[in-house]
Amino acid sequence: MARKHKKPLSEYSTGQLVMFRFRKNKLAMFGVFLLALVFLAVLLAPVLSSYEAVTKMHIRDKFSAPNATYIFGTDEFGRDLFARILYGGRISLLCSFAIIGIAFVIGALIGGAAGYFGGKVDTILMRIVDMLMAVPSALLAMAIITALGNGIWKLVVALAISQVARFARIVRSSVLTLRNVEYIEAAKCYGCSSLRIILKHILPNGIGPIIVSATLCLGQTILSISSMGYLGLGVASPTPEWGTIISENKINIQAYPYLGIIPGICICLTVMAVNFIGDGLRDAFDPRTKN
Amino acid sequence: MTWFKYAGKRLLMLIPVIICVTFVLFLILSAAPGDIARNLLGDDATEEQIAAKKAEMGLDQPLLTRYVNYMAGVCRLDFGTSWTNNEEVLDRFAARLPNTLLLSTLAMTFAIAVGVPLGIGSAIKQYSLLDYGSSFVAMLLFSLPAFWLGTMCQVLFCVSLRWLPTSGLGTPAHWVLPTIILGANTMATMIRMSRTSMLDVIRQDYIRTARAKGASERVVIRHHAMRNGLIPVVTQIGVSFAGTIGGAVVTENIFAIPGIGTLLLNAVKSRDVPVVLGTVIFVTIIVGVINLLVDLLCAKIDPRINLAS
Amino acid sequence: MEKEKDYLLQISDLTVQYNTDDAVVHSVNNFNLNLVRGEARGLVGETGAGKTTTALSILRLLPAKVGEIVKGSINYNGEDLLTLPEAEMLPLRGKKISMIFQDPMTSLNPTHTVGAQIHEVLDLHFPEMSRAEKDKRVDEMMTLVGIPPERKDSYPHEFSGGMKQRIVIAMALVAEPELLLADEPTTALDVTIQAQILELMKQLKEKFNTSVLLITHDLGVVAQFCDSVSVVYAGQVVEFGPVEEVFKRKENHPYTAGLFNCIPDLNDQQPRLHPIPGRMANPRVLHEGCCFADRCEYACDRCRKEKPAMHVSGEHGIMCHRYEDKEVF
Repeated sequence: MARKHKKPLSEYSTGQLVMFRFRKNKLAMFGVFLLALVFLAVLLAPVLSSYEAVTKMHIRDKFSAPNATYIFGTDEFGRDLFARILYGGRISLLCSFAIIGIAFVIGALIGGAAGYFGGKVDTILMRIVDMLMAVPSALLAMAIITALGNGIWKLVVALAISQVARFARIVRSSVLTLRNVEYIEAAKCYGCSSLRIILKHILPNGIGPIIVSATLCLGQTILSISSMGYLGLGVASPTPEWGTIISENKINIQAYPYLGIIPGICICLTVMAVNFIGDGLRDAFDPRTKN
Repeated sequence: MTWFKYAGKRLLMLIPVIICVTFVLFLILSAAPGDIARNLLGDDATEEQIAAKKAEMGLDQPLLTRYVNYMAGVCRLDFGTSWTNNEEVLDRFAARLPNTLLLSTLAMTFAIAVGVPLGIGSAIKQYSLLDYGSSFVAMLLFSLPAFWLGTMCQVLFCVSLRWLPTSGLGTPAHWVLPTIILGANTMATMIRMSRTSMLDVIRQDYIRTARAKGASERVVIRHHAMRNGLIPVVTQIGVSFAGTIGGAVVTENIFAIPGIGTLLLNAVKSRDVPVVLGTVIFVTIIVGVINLLVDLLCAKIDPRINLAS
Repeated sequence: MEKEKDYLLQISDLTVQYNTDDAVVHSVNNFNLNLVRGEARGLVGETGAGKTTTALSILRLLPAKVGEIVKGSINYNGEDLLTLPEAEMLPLRGKKISMIFQDPMTSLNPTHTVGAQIHEVLDLHFPEMSRAEKDKRVDEMMTLVGIPPERKDSYPHEFSGGMKQRIVIAMALVAEPELLLADEPTTALDVTIQAQILELMKQLKEKFNTSVLLITHDLGVVAQFCDSVSVVYAGQVVEFGPVEEVFKRKENHPYTAGLFNCIPDLNDQQPRLHPIPGRMANPRVLHEGCCFADRCEYACDRCRKEKPAMHVSGEHGIMCHRYEDKEVF
């Protein structure tokens, strides 16, 4: 453990120790830096570019390779790729966070109830979860899209539902392992209330695996949402989204490779940043898994 | 005998799962916004035409009756007819299933054959060039969208370099790129999974015991570490296979392979409910059977697993 | 020390350290030990004193890359084990020197039958033996440790902890090794099972005339099992000698005396136990003077500055400035 600490390690809280370990992980810190950069760019999209630029066609400048005016170049209609990627990123990232958020809340309610109450509640809820798990999540999402129809928020709902089962399982197992742990027993003996036990003991100790898997799941969700966009389910052109940008430029990639390479690198770097953070968090929460 | 009993039990347990899953899907698919008959006939259809079409499709009956009729049909292996071209769902499915199964199997084989040895090698030679290299490859493949990788490889190897056919099926060469693209993500999973698992096993006390017995490093790895290290990897294969069938939608779409994935995508886009329902039932059964096989294999490898309980 | 003695194992000046990410841990420091053929030696000390590290060093099984033998020699039958190539260590491990580990629950491979795991030792070291002979030998060995041979096709998870330890003992002794390193073989077991296992080891040791290095923190176990004892503190031997002498003498090393004081005595009307004050010496820091000085009630300035020498008389040795001038007998 870190030698430079001024007080003995035992005096730090779990959260502080996790932060120490996380900060020491260079790849994870690189991930944080990268993700912060992506966020900054996406948030500052109106400053760095403008919303009109997303759909505005400069026919005379079509297929311009990256240059001073169009730093990522332009597509076959002469639209600014930089603007499209920035605004597309807003949609991709916002949707991904929404998906994880929805899936987490529903999953946590189901899993938490199942784990905390046990017995019949647990059996019934987990049967439902097992059923959701029996269908591959991509298939489930597509079936839900069939029912709801096309559209970005419908896609978000579909992908969120397809992830609920996994969060329900993780939350349940966290609650279960902690419910009978000795220090919880001890807390009960001291007369702590249920709410206090949940807030002060179960939450901080059980949150680790949940945060880690939410982070790793976030990376996969960014990929799923752009895959769906690529397949034509979800965002419709001309609204940009990372998947649709690649899909609409598909036929021109051979002649103008930057149309494929640049959006690809954007997706890859973002997902990689998230994955680095996820791995770093996993190692920080549970140093034993670190090799 | 316990094996057969266990397998039978597991397969029987699939039935309620399928009944519930189809019921829920039936429910939400029926509640789908927009009038399906109107969508199919187009905007200038008269009310009578629409009513007739509804009656023809059985949509005028109550939901529960339709569900019972549908499930009765499923029991007779009648999955209804496609709403878009009136073909039997089962026929369309049967024509395309072999392609998807072959593609998924090839992709899984590729992922396991390359990923597992790389992962084990990285664990044995931790912090070596091999370790860093394969960890990097795994991280990269994890972060790259398959559709992008597929599109770029298609452009590079098929269109520009002309090493491989661009799309469709026919020769073994047609399968090469789809296999690699579909298997890439699973390969990354296999590398990470087998590396972590082997590193964990190598630290176990019984590995030290084996060394203390005088076993050479080779015997320790092959005889003692490998079998224990592969148990979580085998479990992962079941999970990954389900993911591969989902991933087939993207891969088949890029390379225009007539499989379940392209069938499903078109059905979802045209909201062809019988085809979507049929696909979900079929794939759920296939994935269920694969998971059963994986569990049996796990029980074979790990004596601590008791199938009877 | 008399030259004519038949030493099986001579460890001299052994120094081992663990190089971790954060610090260098000095686990074993200038460790000395001489073991006569057929002798049972107890290695006593607190957890973290470097006893297990010493045993692993003998087999050269320290964790790769982290564990480093800095200096010293381990002479076994006149050969320095530390200079042997790995290929020559293999036939020694399990055949000449074998080891029993602390936790029987984890030291057996869960995916192999117990019979196969005993069998493997014979496969590795006696290629000339026929299959039938090996099977017979495994059966005999299982009977000897009190497990019916019919159970050889069972897996470790089907046995209790005590039975697993019996399997581990069978595995360790099936090749009839000259030296057995037993690392707290009874610590993880119930008290009643402990006595049985210890008794079993004692019988088998007599039967095969095996020399034993028994690592323990339990002086009772030493009294029951060993001929001689080495007391280890902070990676070095601070006192050694025949069990009777160390246990009976009035003047022990302050640390040994402290260990004795920790044992509750029912005959004595003492109201309370006397734990050794302070904590185990920090193995990340090298001590200038005596390693025990911080916790010793007799410590003086000299103890903190100058390392005491080992004062040997007869078969007994003690590392303390207080015994420098005394004739110990």
